[in-house]
Amino acid sequence: MHDKVDVLIIGSGASGAAVAWSLADTRMRILCVEQGDWVKPTDYPSNGRDWEARLFSDFAINPNRRARPTDYPINDANSPIKVVNFNGVGGSTIMYTAHFPRLHPSDFKVRTLDGVADDWPIDYATLEPFFAENDRMMGVSGLAGDPAYPPKQPPMPPLPLGKSGTRFGKAMNELGWHWWPSDTTIATTDYEGRARCINLGHCTPGCAQGAKASTDITYWPHAIRAGVELRTLCRVREITLDEHGMASGAIYYDAKGEEHFQPAELVILACNGVGTPRLMLNSVSAKFPNGIANSSGLVGKNLMFHPYALNYGYVDEPLDGNHGPPLCLWSQEFYETDPNRDFVRGYAFQFGRGVAAIMEAIVSSAAGRLPWGEDHHRVYRKLLNHRISLSAICEDLPEEHNRVTLDPDLKDSSGIPAPKIDYTISANSHRMMSHGIARAKEILTAAGASSICVESPILNGGWHLLGTARMGTDPERSVVNEWGRCHDVKNLFIVDGSIWVTSGGVNPTSTIQALALYIADSIKQRLADLFD
Amino acid sequence: MNNDDLNPEQVRDLRVLAGTIIPPSSSYGVPGADDEKIFNDILRSLERDRDDVCRALAHLATVSGGAFADLEPVRRTEVAAAFRETGGAPLTALVRVVLLCYYRDDRVMRSLGQEPRPPFPKGHVVEQGDWSLLDPVRKRSPMYRVVD
Repeated sequence: MHDKVDVLIIGSGASGAAVAWSLADTRMRILCVEQGDWVKPTDYPSNGRDWEARLFSDFAINPNRRARPTDYPINDANSPIKVVNFNGVGGSTIMYTAHFPRLHPSDFKVRTLDGVADDWPIDYATLEPFFAENDRMMGVSGLAGDPAYPPKQPPMPPLPLGKSGTRFGKAMNELGWHWWPSDTTIATTDYEGRARCINLGHCTPGCAQGAKASTDITYWPHAIRAGVELRTLCRVREITLDEHGMASGAIYYDAKGEEHFQPAELVILACNGVGTPRLMLNSVSAKFPNGIANSSGLVGKNLMFHPYALNYGYVDEPLDGNHGPPLCLWSQEFYETDPNRDFVRGYAFQFGRGVAAIMEAIVSSAAGRLPWGEDHHRVYRKLLNHRISLSAICEDLPEEHNRVTLDPDLKDSSGIPAPKIDYTISANSHRMMSHGIARAKEILTAAGASSICVESPILNGGWHLLGTARMGTDPERSVVNEWGRCHDVKNLFIVDGSIWVTSGGVNPTSTIQALALYIADSIKQRLADLFD
Repeated sequence: MNNDDLNPEQVRDLRVLAGTIIPPSSSYGVPGADDEKIFNDILRSLERDRDDVCRALAHLATVSGGAFADLEPVRRTEVAAAFRETGGAPLTALVRVVLLCYYRDDRVMRSLGQEPRPPFPKGHVVEQGDWSLLDPVRKRSPMYRVVD
């Protein structure tokens, strides 16, 4: 058995790193266990000639395809959207696009404003200082003045428009619709020891330049210097409970498969919206036969992705191809509820550049655009670097039948039951996606594109894992309270996307991290009576 | 050459199929996917797709009524077209391996005007673009809903 720690954090990704760093100034003994390992920048695909091919092997976004020893399998057969993630120090910030919008003020009040789902027990104003702190820690590039948001001041200038962004900007102006350079965690200037972006273009599977903020190079160096211990290759099997109904620690397997018990005064879960309910459902006891802190029965339920409708076309001149970060602009024109539409809530557009040589060939072949035989070469040359794309990222409302459970048969390499996903896209989301597809076609046409294609939903588009241990003030309708503490177990906290009440229609990492910082701050404010 | 799970006939069929998918072109000055260097790369790169490729080749042999490689050119084209229609996920995997090896060959990359190099450390240049395009958006009133 190991020495007892004050705080045990499980998971070192977006939220785990932020909460570890914030709590470090308490001088408590803090340990984070992570099932993956450190990833060296020299191991990232963009260092080698096989850089694109590795998207289909050890840097595949789908863990079932990637199948590293540090990954766990996910039964996603009953879902039209597949879960994508990364397991390692930094978690899925290693493999994200670094697109960094915040939720909007209205996202926290959907019941009040639109009569659907539930309001959050906190609001945008509460999170605002933590958004700003997180922007500084992660290093956000962007442009102040976006009319779609309350005022904010990104610390670095935005990514370049490039040829693709210029085309989209002109098209959106022609249509009279909102667009703005994205907030992104890709450094456009040298920033806090990170080198600025040099447009490697292959940003998602890790940035060899170090320009993209993943928490292994942002929060973790600070947290470790402040005394936090980060223990890698530790796969947690279950949270344990003591005779008083409090979390007593966690049982994990090390890289050799040996079992350890790590006692702790306080346990914080930061394993994402699939990993956290999986761990909770695997943590059964006499008091919690259906999973720890699950008296509400809501652990694993209300899973929300963001259904993505991808739209792209081809123009008559070469554009940026894959050169430069893939996402550069957003539009919030259709974000807020409009009673004249046939759906509630809304979506954002994120505008992309093109794709690289192999991806263009593979996608176009699968779509039947790229012929076999002599004509292959002629057609391919009309496609490569001529692509222009945008996606509607749609708000997914919570529904209890969308859920994470434990698969009765599938297990990871440590023998721990794997998660099973049951998920359907709602009628509201389908109508929203159709609206987005129609508007995207107008935009692409205005941008001079033809041969317009749609992938809706994006199959491997389950980047955003939300809602499976929701936040609220009512213990019968939520798993954690308004500052992240489990209603049932007063020394067990959750800080990842599981606690989201609704999903908004934007990428969640910025808000996940702001929430983690807010919860850490709430813990610090209440240290004297934290478990009361 | 690592072809542990493919028998010699399958290797021969795969090579001919690769050349059918992407033949050499004198017009563009590029080799086909059956080029020795590219094909050896394909065989080395089956990895996670090995089982699917084996399934696809078994199906190809069925559609061919024997060895695909032994068919006359006209018949081969017909069989390839039928195979493309019916090959399903295993064929998708096979084609993916062919394409990811073909489109990283130096000769092919150069013919496309692409530098045959990894992205790091040289990177790329992306133009800033005209930021005055944002002027009409800057003039818009706040569009987020104010929440009390």
